[in-house]
Amino acid sequence: MLFPIWPDEAASGAQEVDQIVIGLVLMSLFFIIVVAGPILYFGFKYRRSRPANRVISHHNTWAIEITWTLVPLIIAVCFFVVAASVYFRQRHPPADAMEIHVIGKQWMWKIQHPQGKREINELHVPVGVPIKLLMTSQDVIHSFYIPAFRIKQDVLPGRYTSMWFVPQKTGEYHLFCTQYCGEGHARMTGKAIVLSKADYQKWLTSGEQSENPAKAGAELFRQYGCSGCHAGSRVVRAPSLVGLYGSVVPLEGNKTTIADDQYLRDSILLPNSQVVAGYEPVMPSYQGKLSEDALFSLIAYLKSLGPGAEEGGTQPLKYSNDMGAAQLLPSGSKGSAK
Amino acid sequence: MNTDQKADYLAEHTLRSCLLTTDHKRIGLLYLFSILFFFAIAAVAAALIRLQLISPTGGLLTTETYNRLFTLHGVFMVWFFLIPSIPSVLGNFILPLMLGARDLAFPKLNLLSWYLFNAGGLLALWAIVGGGVDTGWTFYAPYSTTYANGQVVTMVAGIFVAGFSSILTGLNFIVTTHQMRAPGLTWFRLPIFVWSLYATSLILVLATPVLAMLLMLVGIERIWGVGIFDPSLGGDPVLFQHLFWFYSHPAVYVMILPGMGVVSELIPCFARKRLFGYPFVAGASVAIAVFGFLVWGHHMFVSSQSPYAGMVFSFLSYMVAIPSAIKVFNWTATLYKGSIALDTPMLYALGFIGLFTAGGLTGLFLAALAVDVHVTHTYFVVAHFHYIMVGGMVLAFMGGLHYWWPKITGRMYPEQLGRLAALVTFIGFNLTFFPQFILGYLGMPRRYALYPPEFQFYHILSTAGASILGVGYALPVFYFLWSLKHGLRAGPNPWCATGLEWQTPSPPPPYNFETTPIVDSGPYNYPQPASPPPTPPPGEAPRMTNTES
Ligand SMILES: [Cu+2]
Ligand SMILES: [Cu+2]
Repeated sequence: MLFPIWPDEAASGAQEVDQIVIGLVLMSLFFIIVVAGPILYFGFKYRRSRPANRVISHHNTWAIEITWTLVPLIIAVCFFVVAASVYFRQRHPPADAMEIHVIGKQWMWKIQHPQGKREINELHVPVGVPIKLLMTSQDVIHSFYIPAFRIKQDVLPGRYTSMWFVPQKTGEYHLFCTQYCGEGHARMTGKAIVLSKADYQKWLTSGEQSENPAKAGAELFRQYGCSGCHAGSRVVRAPSLVGLYGSVVPLEGNKTTIADDQYLRDSILLPNSQVVAGYEPVMPSYQGKLSEDALFSLIAYLKSLGPGAEEGGTQPLKYSNDMGAAQLLPSGSKGSAK
Repeated sequence: MNTDQKADYLAEHTLRSCLLTTDHKRIGLLYLFSILFFFAIAAVAAALIRLQLISPTGGLLTTETYNRLFTLHGVFMVWFFLIPSIPSVLGNFILPLMLGARDLAFPKLNLLSWYLFNAGGLLALWAIVGGGVDTGWTFYAPYSTTYANGQVVTMVAGIFVAGFSSILTGLNFIVTTHQMRAPGLTWFRLPIFVWSLYATSLILVLATPVLAMLLMLVGIERIWGVGIFDPSLGGDPVLFQHLFWFYSHPAVYVMILPGMGVVSELIPCFARKRLFGYPFVAGASVAIAVFGFLVWGHHMFVSSQSPYAGMVFSFLSYMVAIPSAIKVFNWTATLYKGSIALDTPMLYALGFIGLFTAGGLTGLFLAALAVDVHVTHTYFVVAHFHYIMVGGMVLAFMGGLHYWWPKITGRMYPEQLGRLAALVTFIGFNLTFFPQFILGYLGMPRRYALYPPEFQFYHILSTAGASILGVGYALPVFYFLWSLKHGLRAGPNPWCATGLEWQTPSPPPPYNFETTPIVDSGPYNYPQPASPPPTPPPGEAPRMTNTES
């Protein structure tokens, strides 16, 4: 087509967003008619050269003002409620979503699938499966945007953000970085490729393979000496990490927190900021010693130690809310292991 | 010929009288020259951007140059054109006249504001000449503080200095409005333009210091590597966004409230009617200024801000739309049973209502959380804020400039050309920016020097529109200059308008009024529309309209 007029709808939330937009367009047309209609009509009827009845009868100003305050107010509240509820769902992925790791850096997207396969600037996903992207940046802020899915999330350095969707139509779609990130911003693009489940499995096993993150994390866990304190015969008294992920952690000073991705990340890099109640703040910081990739792997390994998992398990098991919501949500949203 | 040969405020011509004047009217003119200079620079950048975007693969500019150009465009348009446009030019000139005062409360401070403004502008220009800045006008950290090359510190310093000009102007207007009103000019007899300048000044005084602090923090992190925003230094990049939008959202209202004020003057004058719902329009100005401080988080729905905070900000953003809607309805109702003349200022005012309404309605798209997730950071946002800032503020500025031009210069501009320019501007504007709504919904990200080919059609439309818009901007420059020598003499009140500014000669004498006026009624006291419209006293140019027949 010479020019498209409507973007593809290729994921679960797309229709919902489009329906709200159609509602908003109709509302806008209504108000444009309500405003432009009288302007044009009065501009013609009461133009200075034209005789017209200009004697003003008394009207109740208050009634008029209240009407045109309340009507838009009610309409506004309706749109707020509908759009906010869709947004709320957008922010809360289901517990069984498949977790894909995304690292943004100037100017490319590095992606790793739970089974271990890596790709750059392309995101292959199976149709009909809830997908959760766990994302971080190595440098500046980027933003991960797939217009056909109507979804976007900023990708920040030093922090995990996430987004989720259920792809619903096979095909190739644009993937854009939409937070200005420097010279190559306009080239930080790629493709989201939605495959049938069978094709996705085939794609996973084709080409170059790499170790799955949880397994790689287990190696790092030994290599960096974490296991010296946190597992096996302990030299120093440190909390066990089995079953930690997703649990409520008591902290020094009568506080608690939920052990989500962000908590694990912070505990590795800034171990003394949130010390578990009853333990000495003796853990050294790993800031600057671990790449984002290594952190993802370590955390994937810790997740595989979640409740019900065997030590050294290989599946990233479950999933918690994104870090923004984590502090605010009751811990009841914990998922169970697959 | 004007028989009144007494010296007006423009009589002196020495360099000293131009650069060291404390007359608010002369300072208003100084600001006019300054902002037009900065506007021209930013407009050239816009033209280059639009030319680059004709082709999906660019070709005209490198991505690096492109990034520097959109930063330049944003910085100069926002801080060196839009924010000072109506307040510092028209407000400076008209506010004391509307109040029946001899000058602003602090004339020397007013002059200092202008010098600070230019110092800031020249610093920013120096940053451009010295290599440019490619952060975007938003200066998001940690890109701006750690990763960007270029003259970020100089640019930020320029904006910092110009900020003090905003603060001083705001302070001056607030004190003037409180202290310098003519006898009998009570608050509810003030023209809406004064109300909106007052609301604007409140924002300038309260929000600009936050921007100043933020810019300082950016400088500190960039120069000394103190970790404030960059997480690798222990900072928080989202904190930057909170501080930035805490200033910049209210600043959006600095860029529209004065425009609403101008339109509230134009509509009653050219409809020969009292402004419908005056207290509601006045109250809406203040409400917008106050609630404008509570919605900054709507720029951050995808920033990793908590979804609960997002909901509060979304709700409040819908609430802040209501006073704007009230204003639009009251302007429209003012036309009812009026005696409407479609002179140039009125055309701009009606254009403003249409485009501001479109801009406001698309703001409701962006306030809707789930929709914002899709369209934020895209051309939809670009189109939306250009509808408010160009369709709103620039049209209001042009309307106000035409309306008060006879007061400022004592001369009329050619009316037919004026109408033509207003029409060309309106058409060019819509052709430029309407396609960008579609582009944005299709997913075209902003700040892209290159793009997928399927978006090209809309980019070509937009560039075509921009060239028409350019003609709309250029025409007034020529006929305004022409009018300085050849325009008909205006007389004190060519529009037969109410308002104290029209009760003194055009151009006004240095101290505005020979005797301080005394006010005994509200604004917009136009005679009942049933009686024939008043005609100008003999001896002056007839009003340049074709409506007398
Ligand atoms: Cu980018
Ligand atoms: Cu805003």
